[in-house]
Amino acid sequence: MVASTDRLLRELKAGRPEARIGERVVERLIQATGLSAILFILLIFAFLIRESASTFVEVPLGDLLGTRWYPIEAYYGLLPLIFGSVVVTFGAALIALPMGLMTAVFIAEVAPRWAREILKPFVEVLAGIPSVVLGFMGILVLAPVIRTTLNTPTGLTAFTGSLLLAGMALPTIVSVAEDALDAVPRSYRDAALALGATRWQTIWRVTVPAARSGILTAMMLGIGRAIGETMTMLMVTGNAARMPEGLVALFRPVRTMTATIAAEMGEVARGSAHYHVLFTIGLVLFVISFLINLTASIVIFRQARRHQEKVLA
Amino acid sequence: MRVPRQVVQRLGFALLALAAAGVVIPILFIVSYIFYQGIGAISLEFLTEMPRQGMREGGILPAIVGTVLLTLGTGIVAVPVGVGAGIYLAEYARDTALTRAIRLAIINLAGIPSVVYGLFGLGLFVLFLGFGTSILAGSLTLAIMTLPVIISTSEEALRAVPIAFRTVSISLGATRWQTTRRVVLPQALPGILTGVILGLERAAGETAPILFTVAAFFLPRLPGSIFDQTMALPYHLFVISTQVPGMPLRIQYGTALVLLVFVLSMNLLATLIRSYYRRRRQW
Repeated sequence: MVASTDRLLRELKAGRPEARIGERVVERLIQATGLSAILFILLIFAFLIRESASTFVEVPLGDLLGTRWYPIEAYYGLLPLIFGSVVVTFGAALIALPMGLMTAVFIAEVAPRWAREILKPFVEVLAGIPSVVLGFMGILVLAPVIRTTLNTPTGLTAFTGSLLLAGMALPTIVSVAEDALDAVPRSYRDAALALGATRWQTIWRVTVPAARSGILTAMMLGIGRAIGETMTMLMVTGNAARMPEGLVALFRPVRTMTATIAAEMGEVARGSAHYHVLFTIGLVLFVISFLINLTASIVIFRQARRHQEKVLA
Repeated sequence: MRVPRQVVQRLGFALLALAAAGVVIPILFIVSYIFYQGIGAISLEFLTEMPRQGMREGGILPAIVGTVLLTLGTGIVAVPVGVGAGIYLAEYARDTALTRAIRLAIINLAGIPSVVYGLFGLGLFVLFLGFGTSILAGSLTLAIMTLPVIISTSEEALRAVPIAFRTVSISLGATRWQTTRRVVLPQALPGILTGVILGLERAAGETAPILFTVAAFFLPRLPGSIFDQTMALPYHLFVISTQVPGMPLRIQYGTALVLLVFVLSMNLLATLIRSYYRRRRQW
């Protein structure tokens, strides 16, 4: 720090002209990098469209909406795959949403300082464990337990996937929801406590409702994360593309959209109908994640603006 | 009969603590179980030799080297672009429609499924630009995936530097770039570094984006150039745990352990940097 300010002072003493060409170039470059995110999102969209476009010529729309996925005989029904993703994500949400919220509330409102200092890095560690390692543990440890306790023919079921997926979505939910709870002004809590509410009542009637948009964002981002997860799905859900037969489907093998792409893209002929359909699945995933994040970001922007207004007032 | 409020609170807090324990205990279990099962496989041979006998013997050197190279490649591309964009958003951008579009794009980039990045890398880098399945194509794909993390953390670190630092520098006659380069950036560096390491940590552990862009199933030699394919630890773990029958468990757990240590030591490094500089910071 000292060295760099010294250099700044020396530069200033040397009295070089302000608008140096080098500086202009650097500032242009920085501006260009600023635009890179927009460039990449457009490029991703463009390439998904480009590689999937001919699907809609090669495969009739009715077939894409069919209930059978069997590419070898040119059955490209996407419904079982979409259904598979929905079932696994639904199961994960049932576990991760309440657990994530409760953990976030515990960290933000209840835990003593020392427990906070331990819990936060732990959640970060969970976020850092590669999905392939979770999938690996799913195959070797979780699946046998599920097979014996649920007495199913295989431990590789949608539910196995849901459990692991919940683990992958939790860090996102916990950290975003915890930020939202932290952002609730102290005065809200103080007012509730001064009125004689217990801390428990304050949490659920004041703090959590005040942070609800942030908590909602956390949940949406967590679900978005779950729908897009690939490797664990490929490894532990059994990969059977079948239509549902009621609630029991949660305990049967399923196949998700992401796992289908990962499993089949390596083996298809480039430019074939199958190849184009796989890109179409990618496009569907892109659109789903775009919608989820668009909604989430609208909430975030609105929050930021409200915060600004509060500061100005 | 009404349950007393204090009892409700006790029970409620216990429930919350239980939920938190439900998050912590599986993590502890996973990490310690992999250590316990995998430590026996770790030897100098395992870390420094080529796989033999259809990967059932020998070491995993090419996968380790591949992951190190991919992580470096990702960093070389993603760090300048990501930090640059962070500087732009924190120091230059005004609140315009364009800036909001950039923020929207960043949030959306962060949410795109990793396998879709893989498809994109295949379409753009491998096929359209003709890089083939190569370290170059894989690094570029991972770099774009890592970008939102690096941009957001850089911006946050830069914004945390108090406005007064900038006002003083500008009032001395420094230009905006001089102020950024000599005053703000050095102050924000630890925060940026933390974000960069966390971003690269994620890239190092990813499998789906490298499936079709760089990863080799079995390639018992080290890559010679950035246009070569390479093995990588996450993909190798996937391969030996699902694709190769009769794989000794010892080797599977050993590979998982090496990957986990690689990734978690980056995590630890980031945490240490953050807490060290947070304590030393004077503002």
